[in-house]
Amino acid sequence: MAYRMSRLDDPAESVMDTRLKSIVRVNDFVVKFANVNGSGSASANGLFARAILRMGVPVAARNIFPSNIQGLPTWYEVRIVEAGWRGRRGGVDLMVAMNPQTWDKDVAEIESGGYLFYDSTKPLPPSKFRDDVTALGVPLTAICNETYSDVRQRQLFKNIVYLGALSALLDLDATEIERLFAEQYRGKEALLESNRKALHLGRDYALAHFDCPIGLTVARRDAVGERIFIDGNDAAALGAVYGGATVAAWYPITPSSSLAESFAKWCRKLRVEPATGKQRFAIVQAEDELSSIGMVIGAAWNGARAFTATSGPGVSLMQEFLGLAYFAEIPTVLFDVQRGSPSTGMPTRTQQADLISCAYASHGDTKHVLLLPEDPRECFEFGALAFDLADRLQTPVFVMLDLDIGMQDWLCEPLTWDDSRRLDRGKVMTAQELDAGRDFGRYLDVDGDGIPYRTYPGTHAAKGSYFTRGTTKDRYARYTEEGPAYVDNMQRLQRKFETARSIVPKPVLTRAAQPTNAGVIWFGSTGAAMAESLAELERQDIHLDRLRIRAFPFDDAIPEFVAAHDHVFVVEQNRDAQLKMLLVNECGIDPAKLTSVLHYDGTPITERFITREIGEKARLYNVTPLSGIRYQVTGNRKAGGRAA
Amino acid sequence: MTYLAKPKLHHPALPKNAVGYTRRDYEGAISTLCAGCGHDSISAAIIQAFYELDIEPHRVAKLSGIGCSSKTPTYFLGNSHGFNSVHGRMPSVLTGAALANRDLIYLGVSGDGDSASIGLGQFAHVLRRGVNMVYIVENNGVYGLTKGQFSATADKGSKSKRGAINSDEPIDLVLLALALGATFVARGFSGDKAQLVPLIRAAVAHRGAAFIDVVSPCVAFNNHPGSTKSYDYVREHNEAVNRLDFMPERAPITTDYAEGSVRDVVLHDGGTVRLRKLHADYDPSDKVGAMAYLESRRAQGEVVTGLLYVDTQSDDMHASLRTVDAPLNSLGDAELVPGHAALAAVNASLR
Repeated sequence: MAYRMSRLDDPAESVMDTRLKSIVRVNDFVVKFANVNGSGSASANGLFARAILRMGVPVAARNIFPSNIQGLPTWYEVRIVEAGWRGRRGGVDLMVAMNPQTWDKDVAEIESGGYLFYDSTKPLPPSKFRDDVTALGVPLTAICNETYSDVRQRQLFKNIVYLGALSALLDLDATEIERLFAEQYRGKEALLESNRKALHLGRDYALAHFDCPIGLTVARRDAVGERIFIDGNDAAALGAVYGGATVAAWYPITPSSSLAESFAKWCRKLRVEPATGKQRFAIVQAEDELSSIGMVIGAAWNGARAFTATSGPGVSLMQEFLGLAYFAEIPTVLFDVQRGSPSTGMPTRTQQADLISCAYASHGDTKHVLLLPEDPRECFEFGALAFDLADRLQTPVFVMLDLDIGMQDWLCEPLTWDDSRRLDRGKVMTAQELDAGRDFGRYLDVDGDGIPYRTYPGTHAAKGSYFTRGTTKDRYARYTEEGPAYVDNMQRLQRKFETARSIVPKPVLTRAAQPTNAGVIWFGSTGAAMAESLAELERQDIHLDRLRIRAFPFDDAIPEFVAAHDHVFVVEQNRDAQLKMLLVNECGIDPAKLTSVLHYDGTPITERFITREIGEKARLYNVTPLSGIRYQVTGNRKAGGRAA
Repeated sequence: MTYLAKPKLHHPALPKNAVGYTRRDYEGAISTLCAGCGHDSISAAIIQAFYELDIEPHRVAKLSGIGCSSKTPTYFLGNSHGFNSVHGRMPSVLTGAALANRDLIYLGVSGDGDSASIGLGQFAHVLRRGVNMVYIVENNGVYGLTKGQFSATADKGSKSKRGAINSDEPIDLVLLALALGATFVARGFSGDKAQLVPLIRAAVAHRGAAFIDVVSPCVAFNNHPGSTKSYDYVREHNEAVNRLDFMPERAPITTDYAEGSVRDVVLHDGGTVRLRKLHADYDPSDKVGAMAYLESRRAQGEVVTGLLYVDTQSDDMHASLRTVDAPLNSLGDAELVPGHAALAAVNASLR
């Protein structure tokens, strides 16, 4: 392994069963399910995670799946973590190896002292196993073939049988799984009973053949509390409902499709007119991304709150329209669920690599508002806020999710809503105001904040109508190609961007436990692993002040944070250090002060990766203080710059 | 300043329509197109049609793409909101606008480059969605603003001003519109205002996607011998299958016409299109027959005009989406935001 494990990092060293040399851990281990896509495993794996949550023990669960419907390998990783960390730790303690295609790789991934659960119906040669890993074979195929005659049932119930066996091996409360069955199959007694039967087939086999539980156990706690388990696409879609969105136009693209589908789901629940059964929303699956964004712009121009959801390649297709929306000042909300690009890239893998392409999307002098949620809860908040900001600023607003936030269930604080909050429709001039003689110039900066007033089409019979174009216009929306009018308009748009800076979500600053002159900056889904890594680094006496960025344009607190520290790590999930690029470009920061920590293999960044990278770089700078000594920079600045 | 406002000097005795507007109230800025451009005749027909329909100008939203034709919304309905959008993408912007407020009248103006080339995809999908609109293509077979390149509707074998021969098959937008499910399909000629004005009026009254292809000669780049979109060619080959009168309300059939030569088509709002048949066999309610007829005449080099197809039972996008009767852009917080209590229930379902 390329990195050195720290003392607490290596579970095999921490606590050992001396006879078996096996890992012994309670409520702190990683189970990974290796499955074949389309085999029905997702439902059983989800039940596994939820049953543990019902026992009051937090989990961090992630699907690692291919761009495929049936046949290719897929994994589900469940980190049981009483401490509540939401990121990936790295490493696997128990592998549920259900896919022969990936057997060798899966077995190799198990931590020394870990466990291998497999289908033992067909004998495998000893070379397929590891001496330092405990093998737990259950003849799943044989059990299912004996019990079920239907071929599809044999396959589907195999998943429930292994769930039952795992419940015995890990000391899960089987009644929690049965309760989940009951909720899932309410009114479908036959299905409920057959699932219960399969569960106990596996459970009874494990109890009869193994010394249950093994070293990894789940013990009931009260560590989940009121928290909810939700993915970011679902939460963002709910945010759009609360944000007053009525029009959604979208084109299917992984990993954003479920956002639009969730919006439909929530709207059917929450947005149907009681008296008529008619819909207070309109959702159109467009013919492509160009059309999606065009519809959003048309609807928003006409006074409805509208959005689209897409991913990187979709954003590329929307470029021309995004420029128009910027210059024509149309409130436009776009959810970008980032993935590995391009179209034939890694659509089912996560990245934060659209930052630059969204911040400066389109032709000409354009720049856009980005919101950077860290988890599904913030997806909900920013999902609603985006519509207020778009209306207030009359400009495109991007909500930047990624696959890790968007498509994975995260444990989050419950969603809240203040009933006294009102939708902020921004500066819209009404017929009454026009009648009262208010001067209407569509591009007139009345208030000095760069934001003009607009009218909705159809407002007034004689006043307030205007013709919408790109930039060939004067303050009263009259056609002109004159240079001074163009410059005047562009300068106002610049003022408006400064207004945006003052109203977008502020960065979150957290001081280290000890005074330090080093800091770390990150955004989005990186926060999950970051929180845990900072705790680990602290144990290694590396103390960092923290700044989580939540929006672009950048708040003044961000360059101030950099100025106040000698070294600042910038942790992000792309190759080109896009956040660092933006920081240097927008805030005039000396690049030598920023040290990038970059993770971009398509998997979510892990605690171990961040800890190792920052730990090593801190040592490279010769800045790791001895225990108890204040964090100090002793190397020269240029050395720091070289490493960046 | 390149914006030319028309002087607001009205003759005091100008007649007013039923909603109190004069014809001048439906005009826009002075056209900056070439003198004699067919598009200006279409703008005049639009002005006349909306004046005659007694529609208040601000109840209309006019949208366009890019090109000479897409500049024209500046030249009519000066008191309507307008949107000069992106090349080939007017249909999506119009669709979104129509989703937001179902109460306005949507007029999309496009050209043959805008709709048949760069925007062919959006042209297709806006028609098959049944967006309630009038979609006019001002079809001159040529790119005017970029000075004379062939467009996708130029006939095979037709000659450009510089003498090049077009070797590609033309796209017939009328045939496409029929195949794609437009429920009102017509073709007019910018040189025949008497036919065009009632076509536009009937299209406005129609509920659903109404498409009018208007052959509109480009005097600068496509009005020479060898062109099949010139004034001379279209006048010689214009085969009108019917003439129209549009009546806002059902009126008794007069006896001015020979038996069987008049057909009344009642539209959604009760308005009636009275068709004077010029071809005894042509039936505008028979889509398959219309397509066969159009294709056979096209092969002969004829330009068939008139109301070519209408489905009087059509519905629009809002009906299929089951949206509420009130415009979506008029819904307030109470109707849109479910509130804290609903969110508590959502939270409970996620544990």
